[in-house]
Amino acid sequence: MTHKHIMPFGLLAKIWLALLALTGVTVGVASVDLGYLNVLAAMAVASTKALLVVLFFMHLKYENRALGAFVILVFVILAIFIGFTFFDVAWRPEGGA
Amino acid sequence: MTEHHKDYLGDKFGMWLFLFTEILLFGGLFLLYSVYLHRYPAEFHQAGLELSRVFGTANTIVLITSSFTVAMAISALQQGRRVLCQGLLASTIVLAGVFMVNKYFEWSAKIGHGIYPGSPELVDGPGGTNIFFGLYYVMTGAHGLHVVIGAALLGFCMLRIGQGRVTADDFGLLENGGLYWHLVDLVWIFLFPLFYLIS
Repeated sequence: MTHKHIMPFGLLAKIWLALLALTGVTVGVASVDLGYLNVLAAMAVASTKALLVVLFFMHLKYENRALGAFVILVFVILAIFIGFTFFDVAWRPEGGA
Repeated sequence: MTEHHKDYLGDKFGMWLFLFTEILLFGGLFLLYSVYLHRYPAEFHQAGLELSRVFGTANTIVLITSSFTVAMAISALQQGRRVLCQGLLASTIVLAGVFMVNKYFEWSAKIGHGIYPGSPELVDGPGGTNIFFGLYYVMTGAHGLHVVIGAALLGFCMLRIGQGRVTADDFGLLENGGLYWHLVDLVWIFLFPLFYLIS
């Protein structure tokens, strides 16, 4: 097996602790009323957590670059899905169908 | 012993391709969620108050920890520490069980309060609340199904490791099982704030 890159336990433990800390941050921020910013803050923290999981737990940081490019592409497609939908939804008048 | 051709990179690419379809599956549901959040912000906020933050946070910690134990199990196997690997996989499956038991109590409590798809309370109540809980049941239900499948897949990996068919030099199956498990964690990372912290 030529692709054997072993993740050290210490690094995995650090990522785990970071994920737990970020969970604490997101719960803490949610108890402060920031209006619309609450959703943005929650999504920013969730995206950071997701990035840590993908890069380290899912090992993407150490994989073939083409694979990394495909993963980025999928998230760009998802962002286009959601972003372009809001070009419509966000500009409809109240109560419009 | 005949030599079997193994395409390690191809296997992993295949697994990721499958995960892409999963990301777009849940992506469609997240799209619905965001559109309805935009349309009914006040009702989503109010409905979010009904969900228990304690249960949601506990389940988040359980899933993050289970992702950690899977990641360690892969490292353990690659180092040839088979018993440690099996123990870590068993812990992951136990954590999956804890997650599902929590989910069971949560859903039962909601259903006990008359909040379930098509319940009179939801149908006759505000539209936004009905949609919030509809999405809650569909999304956490689809996610829960993935937890069960992921745990079964890891159980299968344990079996193959026990048989000596997945080893320190041939660990592709466990890596791909681990990738599936991490996807389950990824989806929950977004579900948790959207449903439990929206209030």
